[in-house]
Parts: sequence; C-alpha cells; structure tokens
Amino acid sequence: MFEHDILIIGAGLAGLRAAVEGVRNGMDVAVVSKVHPVRSHSNAAQGGINAPLTDRGDDWESHAYDTIKGSDFLADQDAVEVMSREAGEAVIELERMGVIFTRGEDGKLGSRRFGGQKVARTFFVGTITGSALLHVLYEQSLKLGLNVYEEWFVTKLILEDGMCKGVIAYDIKSGELHTIKAKAVIMATGGNGRVFEPSTQSLICTGDGIALAYKAGVPLMDMEMVQYHPTTLARTGILMSEAARGEGAYLLNSNGERFMGKYAPDYMELASRDVVSRSEQTEIDEGRGIDGNVLLDARHLGRDYIEKRLGYLQEVSLEFLGIDMAEKPVPVRPGMHYIMGGIKTDVNGLTEIPGLYAAGECANVSVHGANRLGANSLLDTVVFGRRSAENAVKYIKSIGPNSKSENDLKFEQERLQSILDRPKGENIAKVREDMAVGMTKGIGVWRDQQSIEGALENIKNIKNRLRDVSVENKGTSYNTNLIFALELEFMVDNAEAIIHGAITRKESRGAHFRTDMPDRDDKNWLKHTLVFHDVNHENNVRIETAPVTITKWKPVERVY
Amino acid sequence: MEASRKGILMKVNLKVKRFDPDDSSGKTWWQEYNIDTHQDSTVLDALIHVREYEDTSLALRCACRASICGSCGMKVNGSAKLVCKTRVVEIAPNGESIVIEPMGNHPVIKDLVVSLDTFFNQIKRVNPYLQPDHVPQTGEYIASNESMENLLTAMNCIMCGCCVSDCTVLEVDDNFIGPAALAKAWRFVDDPRDSKRIERLKDLNDEDGGFWDCTRCMQCVEVCPKGVDPMGRIMELRDIALNNGLTNTYGAKHASAVSNHIEHSGRIDEFRLPLESKGIFNIKEIIKLMLPGLRFALRKRAPSPLHFKNPNQKFVKTLFKKVEK
Repeated sequence: MFEHDILIIGAGLAGLRAAVEGVRNGMDVAVVSKVHPVRSHSNAAQGGINAPLTDRGDDWESHAYDTIKGSDFLADQDAVEVMSREAGEAVIELERMGVIFTRGEDGKLGSRRFGGQKVARTFFVGTITGSALLHVLYEQSLKLGLNVYEEWFVTKLILEDGMCKGVIAYDIKSGELHTIKAKAVIMATGGNGRVFEPSTQSLICTGDGIALAYKAGVPLMDMEMVQYHPTTLARTGILMSEAARGEGAYLLNSNGERFMGKYAPDYMELASRDVVSRSEQTEIDEGRGIDGNVLLDARHLGRDYIEKRLGYLQEVSLEFLGIDMAEKPVPVRPGMHYIMGGIKTDVNGLTEIPGLYAAGECANVSVHGANRLGANSLLDTVVFGRRSAENAVKYIKSIGPNSKSENDLKFEQERLQSILDRPKGENIAKVREDMAVGMTKGIGVWRDQQSIEGALENIKNIKNRLRDVSVENKGTSYNTNLIFALELEFMVDNAEAIIHGAITRKESRGAHFRTDMPDRDDKNWLKHTLVFHDVNHENNVRIETAPVTITKWKPVERVY
Repeated sequence: MEASRKGILMKVNLKVKRFDPDDSSGKTWWQEYNIDTHQDSTVLDALIHVREYEDTSLALRCACRASICGSCGMKVNGSAKLVCKTRVVEIAPNGESIVIEPMGNHPVIKDLVVSLDTFFNQIKRVNPYLQPDHVPQTGEYIASNESMENLLTAMNCIMCGCCVSDCTVLEVDDNFIGPAALAKAWRFVDDPRDSKRIERLKDLNDEDGGFWDCTRCMQCVEVCPKGVDPMGRIMELRDIALNNGLTNTYGAKHASAVSNHIEHSGRIDEFRLPLESKGIFNIKEIIKLMLPGLRFALRKRAPSPLHFKNPNQKFVKTLFKKVEK
C-alpha cells in the first residue's frame, strides 16, 4: 500500500499544474498516469492559450463575454469570470517557467486571433503550444522531484464514509494491483475521443476519469455537448489547428467560394467552432464538397509565413497527404475533437464527493457550456488544475488521518481475474469500433430524435456484447489487451451518458444541434443536464437538470 | 481497420522481433504477420491491426497517431523511426517485408516496448528547467522573437528516444549523456532568460560523457523525426563553450590542435595530435598513450614523427583568413 496527501490521476497539463501547486504548498503529492507524462494528449493542442492581458488594452469582461457567447449561454458565468480573471496570471506564469512563447516587436508576448473572438488574445508557440506547455510543466515536475506512478492504470476509486480516499491502480509493467491511499484525489484524465470514430483524440483518450467518477456517484453534466472541430485532415482525421484560420487561411467549397460569408458574414472563418463545422457540413451535404471535404486554403500566406507560424500543419499535410500548403489547398472536414461535458465540479474543482476534485477536459466547471472557444481548453487546464490543488490543500488540513483498510484491493483483484478468465468471445477492438461508429452516426454534427435513439439502441447492444468481451492475452507484463478491456468498459459508460444527455435536451444549443428542434429554447432549456449512475433506476441511469448561473450577461441571439 | 480509412487494399508482411519477460528463458524470436491494409496506412496502423485482431499479446506503445506524443519510436528496417509517420507504401510498395525491432540503446521490457528510465535520467542530469536570476516585477520576461524562435528547433523535441536508439557513441560508451539530453541542455544555454549558462556549459564540458564525446556520425540528425538536429545543437554547445574560454578539456584541446595544424601546415600532424589533445606535460596520460602507440608502431601503423607541410598550405591559410573575416 502507498500513501500520499494528494493523488492526481493523469499527467497532462491539468494534472501537472495541480501537482506543482500541491508540492508548492508542502504536500506529499503523487501523480498516477497510464502513460509517461510527456505522452499525454495535452501535446496535441496546437494553436494557443487565451488570456486577456490588461497591459495591452484587453480586459477580462471581453474574454468572458466571448466565452459565454461561444458557449451559447450555457456556461456558468461565475466560473467563466474566475477563468477570465485568472487567465493573465496563468499565462505569464507559464512564460516565467520557461515557455518560449512567440514574441512581438517589443519583446513581449505576441498573439494571434482565434475563433469567436474579435481580439487577438491567443498566445502561442508556433503550432506546438500544447506540447511546449506540457514539456515545460514536465520540466517543473522534475525540478520539484514529483513522484509519478508511470504507466499505472487506475481501476477504481476508494470511497470511505462517502469521502474519496484514494485509488486502486494496476501497474502495467508488472501486472500487479496496488492500493494508493490519499486524503484527496484530483481527476485530470482528459477527454473521451475514442468513444467516437473518427476523432482527433489520442488512442489513450478513453474517458477513464469520467467513468470512474460517474460510477462513484458523481453526476456528469452536459455530456451531449461534443465538439466537432471544423478542420481535421481528410482521410486521417488529424487535427489541423484553428491557427491556420487565425493566421488568415480561407475555407473554400468545390466552387472555390469562401462559403463562410453566407453563414457568418462578420466573423467569416473565425466564427465559433460549432457554427463553422455546421456550415462545412451543409456545404458537403448540399453537394459543394470534395469527396466529403471542404478546402483549407493558406496559399496566399506565403511559404515563409506558413513554415514559421504553421510549421506543424505543413509537416502533417506533407507527410500524411503529400500536399504542400504553400502550393495547394488542403482537404479538411469536421471531426470529433473535444467534450465540453464532464464531471460536474464547482469553481474550486470540487465534485459532489468530498475529497474528489476534477480539472481539465474530464471536468465540467462549466466554462465551455455548449461550445468551447479555441484556445480556452489550455487555459481551463492550468487555471482549474491549480485551483483544484489549492482547494484540496485546504480540505486536507481540515481532515484527520486516513484509515489503513485495503478492502477494495481484493475485490478488484477478483474482478480483473474474472475478466481474464472469460472464455474466448467478442473481440475488444471490434466492439469498440461498432460502438464508436454508432456514436458518430447518432451524435454527430447534426442529430435528431431518430439518430439519438439509434445510438441508444446501439449502446444497449454493445453493453450486452461487453459481457462477452474476452482477453486472450493472459500475460502479466504489458498486457495491453487487459487494459483495452478495462478502457472499453469506461468508454461504454461515457457513451451512455452522452446519449442520455442528448436525448434529454429537447432544443438546439451550441454543439447539440437537433434538426428536428433547430431552435434554442431558453424558456425550457437554459439549464444543465445531469446524468447519474443509479442502480435503482431504469438502465441504471437517473436524469436531473440544474440551473445555469447567469451573473451579468443576459442570453441573446448568437450571431457571428 | 479503422472505419475512417478507405482506399485500395495492399498486402503487408511484418517481421517483428519479440521478447516476453514472463518467459524465464529470456529468448527473443522473430514473428511474421501477413495482413491486408489500406494503401495510405502507416506502419503503426498495421501494427495496431495486428495487436487488435491477429495477436493480442504483441506489446507496443502508441498514443497520438500524429507524431507529437513520441510514444511509438522503434527500429524499422534497421533505423529508428516514429511508426505513426512512416507510411507502408513508401517503404514497402510491393509488399516487401518490413522488419520491426525495439529501439536500440534502451533496455527492452517486452516486444517493442523499451525502458526509457535511463533516457529520462540523462535528461534530468542537465537540470532541464529555466533558471533565471530574477523575476520581472510585472509581466513576462522581455526577449526578442528571434531568440525564442531560435529555440523552437530544440523545443520540437518530443523525447521519443530515436536519436539515442541509433547513437553510435552510446553503443560503446553508456556514460555519454546522449543527443537528446544535450539538445535539451542547449535549449537552456541559448535561452536569454537563463542565468546558469556558464555553469551548464562547465558541467557538460568535462570529460565524463559531456558534449565532447560526440563523434559527429550524424545518425541522430538522420533519425530525428522532428528536425531537432541534436548533433547541430551539440556542435553549438562546443562553439559557445570555446567562445566562453572553456578550453581546458581534451575535446577543446583536440579541436584547437586540429585547427592549428591545418592553418599552419595544411594538414593534421597525426603524431602530435594525441599528445596535444592530452597536453604535452600531462605525463600520466602520455604514458597511457605509449602502449597503443607502440602497438601501432609494431604493426607499422604509427604516424610518423616527421610532419610535412601540404604543398597548398598557402591556399589553406588564405581560406582561414577568409573564414575569420
């Protein structure tokens, strides 16, 4: 058995930022991660991080309003205020830690414009912002001597007297299960992109933390809010950052028209992501696409500019499609990219279970509401990663020592053994693919009652097959087959919550666009959907709603 | 395969080096997999297909599929690559066998999974974090955009371990800190915000595995999937060290002796070079040199103590003057 004050699950930006805060406060902090920290999916964020820096004439209210409008007024305005107010300090801190942000002429941080915002307040490192931030936070973790359980996989949260007291985790290298006790646990496990096919997300984004919290009784909020990014590379689905459009690239249809003029005359290509994705899909559906894609045209920016400011995009475009962005437009289409929904927390990252916090993509504070603005996700991770640790520290000081009980360990050992002991049955990858294809079909850029019910039928079928999924590999070391079986269970929980969120919300708002109910309905649906795991209800699911916190910005029609 | 990938099917033959730590015999073996894949598949797609549908015991690491997480470094046909950015059609257009092994210079855990513990310990050796001497009263550190863009090459490093895998020095000298860690060190040495520049150089300038141990074989430059050019960074560290007067090392003396000989006689004086590199009055080291020296002499391989000028020496000298200008 291992013991720490704070245990953080996940070593991406939210997890590492939380860890730094915990160590700075003199806590015994450890991080459990199923991959080495620098492999985390925060790497994939390309374009930048938003911050309204007051010394260059910006202000937090302007950023907050853009965020709230982007969210289609579903974000909690008190939470957005916290994020916008703390953004400047968070970004400056990252710079001081060593991030090599692109500069302006005056040697201060330079910025680019991102979608849904009129102000250029996105700070960046070429097109590798996420990677540059993650590696710098990793550097800080080395400096502080942070304890990391590297390539350990959490299978269960330990609850004692209604409080979270640690986890049971599987050491992938040795194949052993261990109890790690903690006074507070911070969930920072990222998104659940693998629930969909295709997705821009990494193969490791299987919604583990979302499912762990859900099964422990924490409500998941607004899970129907799934972001489709407007520009993912044709065929491969690799992300082509919004930075391309931020730097001035156009979107063209098969007639060579900048079609965004029809849908968002003021913001054009830089309308919010849900709007741009729907516009593209309309063009494609109405026959003005090219093999299911539209074109991202950066030619007029010039080779030198493309290579300097959009280097990674040029790299993947050349390597995966053989297209030189300076010579030809690149085919792109909307692709599943991010989940706005997640573990319901307050502005301090606290969930409804004492001792359990959540931050980053797995959490829903909620600052993104029905649609996240580009470059707000990195900001979310560092602001709420820090806050959750800060508040965990206060909480720990108010409670006594942990018990030494290890009851859950035996239970988990038996559960894992029973999975290994199943007779040969369903193939894990096949079941996942059938689930994920069904999710994309039912909960896509467009959805309606029929498509959502189709996804529900599909997931019921998947749940039946899940019981017959077999782990053919019985080895102890690096048994990724077993890990995939456990991840699949988590993914099915995620999928189910997403579908129930979608079926509950009877309107169109942000990313949740129902063709059978195309209007936003503030009278009935200016509220959050909550999905609970509850064995006393049909399908083990209970649905509730919660009010949206409105402080100073009254909902108005959203026009770009 | 993934539903998102459509296209013409092609045949792939993968020959994978296997190792299972659960098997006490410690043996390694080759296993072949013949699968159909889509024409635009990467080697990673093919390996994932094997792992999902053909052989669930095959162990490999992968995550992002977009050459940014650094998980999937392995040897493909003898040299280290990220398999997510290696397309099947480019290396085996006619169904040729693709040979896949774990990376070199990293201990193997299972199949294609290697331990990177030593790799990351070497990174830790260079104190890989910014060490400024002050905190600005408000806002960020002021730095020119050029100075930050300059560091982008090294910040592109995703720590995949490919450079270390194929480093020829590490094959014979596991004390060498290695190309990735030195590129990381350069990133701080050349950062105008860092205050420990000279200390960092001094640490890496000593004989114990520092930047003078690189033999400039170019392997790391060839295999780096992100254009970090670790050897270029190592050469820059040497230049910066010499320009800062850190000349009291064998490496620095060797470099200055080579340059001196060529400038003054148009060619290297191979007899004097080892003596000057170690220092003419360094009796202990000179005695150590005598034994291999005698052995070379017996085989008639020893360089002559007599040194003749290159007939074009004057031309070489003018070249030196031009470069100096």
